[in-house]
Amino acid sequence: MRDMTQYIGPRLGGVANKLLDDSVSARLGIRMATPFTLVLCALIGLAAVVAVYRLLFGIGAASNLNDFWPWGLWIGFDVLGGVAMAAGAFLIAGAVHILNWKKYRCIVRASILNAFFGYLLAAISITLDVGRSFVIWHPLVMWQINSVMFIVALHLVLYLSTLATESSPMVFEKLGWQRTLDFVNRFMVGAVIFGVALSLLHQSSLGANYLIVPGKLSPLWYNKLLPYNFLVSAIMLGLAIVSFETLLTGKVFRHRVPREVVEGLARGMMFVGAFYLVMKVWHLVTGPGIGAALDGSFLGNLYLIEMTVGVIMPLAMLSFRSVRTNLERIFAVDILVILGVLLNRMNVGIFGVSEYATRAGGDYFPSLMEIVLTVGMIAFAILGFKVCAKYLPLFPEEGHH
Amino acid sequence: MTITRRNFLKGVAGGGLLLATGVPPARARVSTELPPQAVGLLYDATLCIGCKSCMVNCKVHNSVPGGALYKKGMKSPPYESKGLQGSDGIWDAPRELSGKTLNIIKAYRNGTAEKKDTAINGYAFFKQQCLHCISPACVSVCPAGAFRKDPENGSVYYLADRCIGCRYCQLACPFGVPRYEWDSAWPEVRKCQLCRHRYAEGKYSACAEFCPTGATIFGKVTDLREEAKRRLMLKPGTLYDFPVQTVTSRERTRREIAAYVDGVYGLNEVGGTQNLMLSGVSFELLGFSRNIPRFDLPSLTWAYIAKILWILGGVFVGGTAIHAVTHRKEKGA
Repeated sequence: MRDMTQYIGPRLGGVANKLLDDSVSARLGIRMATPFTLVLCALIGLAAVVAVYRLLFGIGAASNLNDFWPWGLWIGFDVLGGVAMAAGAFLIAGAVHILNWKKYRCIVRASILNAFFGYLLAAISITLDVGRSFVIWHPLVMWQINSVMFIVALHLVLYLSTLATESSPMVFEKLGWQRTLDFVNRFMVGAVIFGVALSLLHQSSLGANYLIVPGKLSPLWYNKLLPYNFLVSAIMLGLAIVSFETLLTGKVFRHRVPREVVEGLARGMMFVGAFYLVMKVWHLVTGPGIGAALDGSFLGNLYLIEMTVGVIMPLAMLSFRSVRTNLERIFAVDILVILGVLLNRMNVGIFGVSEYATRAGGDYFPSLMEIVLTVGMIAFAILGFKVCAKYLPLFPEEGHH
Repeated sequence: MTITRRNFLKGVAGGGLLLATGVPPARARVSTELPPQAVGLLYDATLCIGCKSCMVNCKVHNSVPGGALYKKGMKSPPYESKGLQGSDGIWDAPRELSGKTLNIIKAYRNGTAEKKDTAINGYAFFKQQCLHCISPACVSVCPAGAFRKDPENGSVYYLADRCIGCRYCQLACPFGVPRYEWDSAWPEVRKCQLCRHRYAEGKYSACAEFCPTGATIFGKVTDLREEAKRRLMLKPGTLYDFPVQTVTSRERTRREIAAYVDGVYGLNEVGGTQNLMLSGVSFELLGFSRNIPRFDLPSLTWAYIAKILWILGGVFVGGTAIHAVTHRKEKGA
């Protein structure tokens, strides 16, 4: 490793040296110089070019959005999906710091970091999606409390700061700044409670955004309980993401998977999933009727795929004890839940308004630039997570806690 | 002095509650009452001859300082002449409402299109523009307060300086009215603002002023509602003196009352709008969705927002209490 004090002076160089010391993760055997890293960097580079183009020439030039379809891939996938994928953090942090479930302490840092990247993805994408990116801070000073979007903006900023606070002990620990570390740890419980409150509100408020469009969003998704549909499905997805990531890091890093943790998450997914299924069936029966989902229409089929992949199949699998205790099978369930709930967000955010938009004369398929940016953002999250895993004490050493 | 965890948690819980209750209650909800001096337009499709004088003059009179289409340094109104063969950019020929067009006359035609204001084998004109809701969804959803409803005359207007361009207004508007300047790098949302910049000069909406037949008239909403209901009550074929330009105008044009269908559009839609419409062909056939709720849309999101402070407070108190219980064994540690 290079000695950074040669380049940027003893003070900054010393800090840089400490940060770049990867001995904390030596046992994980993370290699950065791989073709995969190169691919990720290339994708991020392309996305950066798109971002600059978008800022210079406007949202109309970069996207296929139009007056009838004002929100597309960046809202439907990056924002709605990215935020939903971040739900694991408040659950695990709450379980460890508030409920004192010590079992999950070993994954609390990874799930918070994961959420941090999920929110970062949402924040960057919404910044590029709004037409006047440079004044995106307006809602923070121009309060308009009737607007769910204002609530969403406030939560996004507050929770991103909370996640950064919750992640900061990793950095201070690495740097050996004991006093700062003690200081942050002193209000960690408060930060976690704040994070739980913000997450409950933020996850549901993304659904609440759509409460005002009863005439536009298909009745397959529109209902008065939409905020709570979003919250419950985000909890299910959050557990699946944490479980997925724990198993995945176990596969790609030399890192022992804490079996009892993953099994606990699977049980949680089963309970939340069952509740979600009841909610969704209740809505279908009391709202548009089962026929609306089975009529073979485009939206009906999307609804069926979403429910089958994301809820019914995972629940059917998890009902077997042999699945709940088999890490490979839990991994498969995780993937199904992730795909299903992400499809739900795209259904609400993009496809659900298609009947209205088409009648009005609109058509939408994401432009190449929209797709490139979204893919680049995902690459950014993966690479960022990997870098953090290499240079920060992300996974506590076994038997430490 | 050291801060014990216990004291700290007390502080957090207290601070959270203070923060929660300290938020200014503000003039929270969007009103559902018609403003005292509310003005609007009455468009009677049976009087419209499709001359598009309203469209031409809307563009001209809104491209001046204060107008809804005005932009600093603009040399001419934003005409849409592209894609029209042989026009050499001379004619303005918008096909839809857009960032450049606030008001549009469209034609309905069916079969042989012989008889005016008839659904089958007939034709009709209709007008699309902002209806100026009594409880506007766009005002309620804007996160930066860029949409406002004038507390006196009720016109719904836009403040570009506040707008961040999230386009929630476009999603929320049940009539699909707000349009975006997709071709701009620093876009604005555009929609009819009822020519509110002309009131100070004693003038009123340009589309009404320049309508030759009285199809579009301007006036107080209460008067317009009365006028519309009067026309509906009269038997088709009765001779009636239709006011021109404004509802109280002395200038009248004598015509037969047409056979109206569907009642007055805008009386109950989304809790009422300040612009009203009458037609001889059902509004559904003219492209106005039947799927419009009969109550104020902002109440839907407000039901959720009103719960937020309770949830915030509840989680703080509950979380602190649970933490105290689950960590009681570790107190001395």
